[in-house]
Amino acid sequence: MVDAAAETVIELSGVSKVYRPGSIEVHALNNVDITIGSGEFVAITGPSGSGKSTLMHIIGCLDVPTSGRYLLAGDDVSQLDEYALADIRNLRIGFVFQQFNLLSSISAQRNVELPLVYTGIARAERRRRAAAALERVGLADRLDHKPGELSGGQQQRVAVARALVTEPALILADEPTGNLDTASTTDVLRLLGELHDSGRTIVLITHERDVAAEAERIVTMRDGKVQNDHAEQAVHS
Amino acid sequence: MSFIETLRTGFEAVRLHRLRSSLTVLGIMIGIAAVILTVGLGEGAQSDVRSQINALGSNLLIITPGSSTSTGGVRGGFGSASTLSVNDADALESKTVAPDIAAVAPQTSSSTSLTTTSANWTTSVTGTTPDWLSVRARKLAAGRFITAADEKSINPVVVLGSTTSQELFGNASPLNQTVTVNDVQLQVVGELAPSGSSGTTNQDDLAIVPLTVSQQRLFGGTTRSSVSTIYVEAASPSSLSGAYQEAQNELLALHNIATSTDADFTITSQQSIVSAATSVDHTLTVLLGGIAAISLLVGGIGVMNIMLVSVTERVREIGLRKALGARPNVIRSQFLVEASVLGLAGGVLGVIIGFVGTKVLPHFVSSSVTLSPTASVGAIVISIAIGLVFGVYPAVRAARLAPIDALRTE
Repeated sequence: MVDAAAETVIELSGVSKVYRPGSIEVHALNNVDITIGSGEFVAITGPSGSGKSTLMHIIGCLDVPTSGRYLLAGDDVSQLDEYALADIRNLRIGFVFQQFNLLSSISAQRNVELPLVYTGIARAERRRRAAAALERVGLADRLDHKPGELSGGQQQRVAVARALVTEPALILADEPTGNLDTASTTDVLRLLGELHDSGRTIVLITHERDVAAEAERIVTMRDGKVQNDHAEQAVHS
Repeated sequence: MSFIETLRTGFEAVRLHRLRSSLTVLGIMIGIAAVILTVGLGEGAQSDVRSQINALGSNLLIITPGSSTSTGGVRGGFGSASTLSVNDADALESKTVAPDIAAVAPQTSSSTSLTTTSANWTTSVTGTTPDWLSVRARKLAAGRFITAADEKSINPVVVLGSTTSQELFGNASPLNQTVTVNDVQLQVVGELAPSGSSGTTNQDDLAIVPLTVSQQRLFGGTTRSSVSTIYVEAASPSSLSGAYQEAQNELLALHNIATSTDADFTITSQQSIVSAATSVDHTLTVLLGGIAAISLLVGGIGVMNIMLVSVTERVREIGLRKALGARPNVIRSQFLVEASVLGLAGGVLGVIIGFVGTKVLPHFVSSSVTLSPTASVGAIVISIAIGLVFGVYPAVRAARLAPIDALRTE
């Protein structure tokens, strides 16, 4: 399903990441080449320790590669400093984490507002957009609830709302369903599907095969390398 | 991210951890209150001393005899010689010799028993001239003061201090009563108003007689023309140094002394007494202030400590904020604001405690405590500065956290 005409959003060439937790080197990523076009829905899967999380962190500009080149919408991200990376994360990428990562002390609406705060958007506009995003994930009646007052599925929907509130081109979801029951998993995957349908690029990290099957393309990682990269057609209807 | 937004986030974080924040604030509060109170005590004590000494009179010079030196070369104590005489005082009154001197009051004092028909009381019997009243800036409560006529005619009259009057006559008016001093009957013609100052010596326990009465009728002896102190009042504050020079030159000439280093008298200005007295207080204030400053430092370290805990505890939150696009400087400002909010709260509370202290403390110590607005504003500014200074390291640490390491922490 890779559309050759589509604009390339993510282009990794020869990307390696080496950690040095002790005296030995750990090659989390070893010479990875991946190209993801605009509007794709890609699942990155693989066993734990395969490097899929590291790959997502690099794609999400949360981490920088040890070597290799990463072009995000044509910009070479590996050369950027902390400030520029922060702006890229803020404006171009929406994150959904396995642990939800909501701030427990503030309401759902204020959690969703958070990225807009760092964009520098005025308060009234922020509130309006956060409310709209929450309505879109079906939580219009939960604006003032704190994360502790919401179920796991609802919390993850708040996190999805937070990821889409800045209208980013790229949404990165790191094991978004890892802590959810089946019904909530379906909800979240449906939301991601809707976002994809509206033209956003979605990168989904998961180790569950049936979750990965929601995507159009599955990249399988093993030992820091891309083991398999193919369009999925069997399950996707 | 706007500054208002940063402020709000900082305040929220402080509010969220109420117990921890209030304990940290307590440290700063104690430090600030201690500084304010010690400074207030020091300033209060200084103004006390100043008002006590000013109560002696204004623009005052005090001339006392120098030390005596016997033929064997043994020097007596300060003021032990009887080198000052009535003639010296008369000479200083001359307007041609000493134009800057407004009034002169020589004085002799002797501790003697006063008796009435029903009571007796030992007090300082002071022989002096009518100018004494104005030179020493005293007021009469009743009757009149001694006059030039009393001096001239050696009238046996006496003016009592309020304490002395109370001891001899109780609450009854002493006027026209008779007191006996060394077998001489003196008529009470006046009573001094209380001086209002509470120095080490009671300024209200004395009996004033004309100098001539003191010298010729009460205390005879060979040194009958000598006086123990000459009070000199300068015409104005600006002529004080002129008066000092004139008095010194005139007395040196009268005593046939060539250089001032050999002078057989000492001239003290009020200002020198004030500075001598306050320098002791000043040392004490600096010492206490130092201790208070140390407690403030400890409070500051408390802020740093709690901010480091706060950063460690909120590593995930910091990571998340960074992942959502917070730049390092935004994270840094957030923690700096948090630290300075702690400092500010401590400072404001410390000033309030200090203010209460200045009202309560004078009931327990015999000194007034002043709280100056400058010190209060300064204390608040300092407490914010402490929050900032001790918040810098934790804030920089927070800002440096890599978003990914922060997010990974469980």
